[in-house]
Amino acid sequence: MAHNGTVSADLASTDTPAPPPSPTPPPRPPRRGLTSIEALALLLVFGLTARPGLTELFAAPLAQAWAARFVAVCVQAFPFLVLGVALSAAIAAFVPADFFHKAVPKRTALAVPVAGVAGAVLPGCECASVPVAGALVRRGVAPAAAFTFMLASPAINPIVVVSTIVAFPGDPRMVVARVAASLAAAVSIGWLWARLGKTEWLRLPEHRHHEDGRWAAFWAALRHDFLHAGGYLVIGAAIAASLNTLVPETWLAPIAEDPVLGVLALAVLAVLVSICSESDAFVAASLTQFSPTAKLAFMVVGPFVDVKLAAMQAGTFGRRFAIRFAPTAFVVAVVASVLMGVLLL
Amino acid sequence: MRRDAQAIVLLLVGGGLIRLAWTGDYLNYVKPYALWLILPAGVILVAVAAITAWSVWRAKEGADEHDDGHGHGEPKVAWLLLVPVVGMLLVAPDALGSYEAERTGSAIGAEEGRSSYPELPDGEDPVPLPLLDYAARAIFDEGRSLEGHRIELRGFILYSGDEPQLARMVVSCCAADARPVKIGLEGALPAGLEPDQWVEIIGVYSPRQGRDEINGALVPYIEVESITGIATPDNEYQ
Repeated sequence: MAHNGTVSADLASTDTPAPPPSPTPPPRPPRRGLTSIEALALLLVFGLTARPGLTELFAAPLAQAWAARFVAVCVQAFPFLVLGVALSAAIAAFVPADFFHKAVPKRTALAVPVAGVAGAVLPGCECASVPVAGALVRRGVAPAAAFTFMLASPAINPIVVVSTIVAFPGDPRMVVARVAASLAAAVSIGWLWARLGKTEWLRLPEHRHHEDGRWAAFWAALRHDFLHAGGYLVIGAAIAASLNTLVPETWLAPIAEDPVLGVLALAVLAVLVSICSESDAFVAASLTQFSPTAKLAFMVVGPFVDVKLAAMQAGTFGRRFAIRFAPTAFVVAVVASVLMGVLLL
Repeated sequence: MRRDAQAIVLLLVGGGLIRLAWTGDYLNYVKPYALWLILPAGVILVAVAAITAWSVWRAKEGADEHDDGHGHGEPKVAWLLLVPVVGMLLVAPDALGSYEAERTGSAIGAEEGRSSYPELPDGEDPVPLPLLDYAARAIFDEGRSLEGHRIELRGFILYSGDEPQLARMVVSCCAADARPVKIGLEGALPAGLEPDQWVEIIGVYSPRQGRDEINGALVPYIEVESITGIATPDNEYQ
């Protein structure tokens, strides 16, 4: 292997000026007394002293595997999160408030499918679309349309379509089925929200108003949204890494034989493993024991709801929203995949 | 969290990404092309940190002491961003290897739909091939394009029971979706092959096939002529 336990011995001489902090959950600063900057300083000192023990703790193969997966999900997701929060900050700071009133159709029933098709233009993973949807809602776009955009964009954007074509060579029906099922499910969920959704379930984190001009507002929104959504992303990444490392793959084999259980199993797997939508087609293609419909369900459910996304949605829109939205999205996505599987595959 | 503390957290996350890109360690976690994602992201985060620090400093300079950098109920959840910082800078886990590969089924099934197997070059001997390419040619093309060539494969050793195999992790997006390709070894093998040891194998196609116990995928074999230990490559994934 490339490194042993002494990997970051050269830390002090690298481009990270501050010494590293400790891995333990940081103590919450009490109201008075310890300020966050002092807490951070204490953590840095503690982290430095605890390092030898830390290296030992993570020397076990299981812990190494967990840490590699956790860091991998974070490193892969951070750039897309930065893209997403930069876009959402730009929407908040630079797009005039009345722009979306003009651009989005007045009737929600019509705005939802328009938002679904518009999802094809944001070339990012689901990590980017959650903060963008938050910014749209804040800018006065009907939540139903914003949610449809949030769901459709990671599922049908050009990068995802191309990667699906590559992963399933000589099988264009799988690509058509994926796009159709994702779009249909995203639009259905938008319409469902328009009929049944309640605004009081939503709790968007507050943005402060800035009098210092648009750029100040842009940088403040970028900083705030990254710290906020990033924290929730870390929770999701930790859960996904744990499940990936601890749930043995042998459990899947007997389930794959059953057509109904197979679909459900891969749908649940998509929720648990939280793979980026840009690459889930390759993973789906390698699950050869399962039926095509089960693979389709894996690719339709994944961008809609997974543990990483649910954590981020809870952070962006509030917990009361997330506990209703995630199960609904799961059910609708599974139904859409089964219907499309029966029709096309 | 105060705004000055936020600036430090942003600096640590951004600096951690830049460091991974600088040292090349990012290859343990993501695909090579991701360099062009994590480098700009790291630079942007460091820039946000700098702008935040500057605005805190400016607020302190100003006569108005009301805005002294204290957040207004700013996200407590941001503290969790220190966990991946610790992961990137302190723990710096290695690329996934034999421990994972022994617990995950071979990913050969992803190549099942492939339709073209271009002829291998006649001028080269041996012909270097990625493990997945060798496995796909051996299983789904029944070795037709492999016959008459000596093949060179590079990977690490893992054990299936007490039988050594050659493997390489295939990554689609990031290491969290890493799945192994496994190839069985036929012929005289040196004793004492250690798991995770990187080797270069030169050999010829063998029609023998086995099955992966974990997911029932087919495992092709190679008739080994020579095994040489090599250094761990920069990019351990394929």
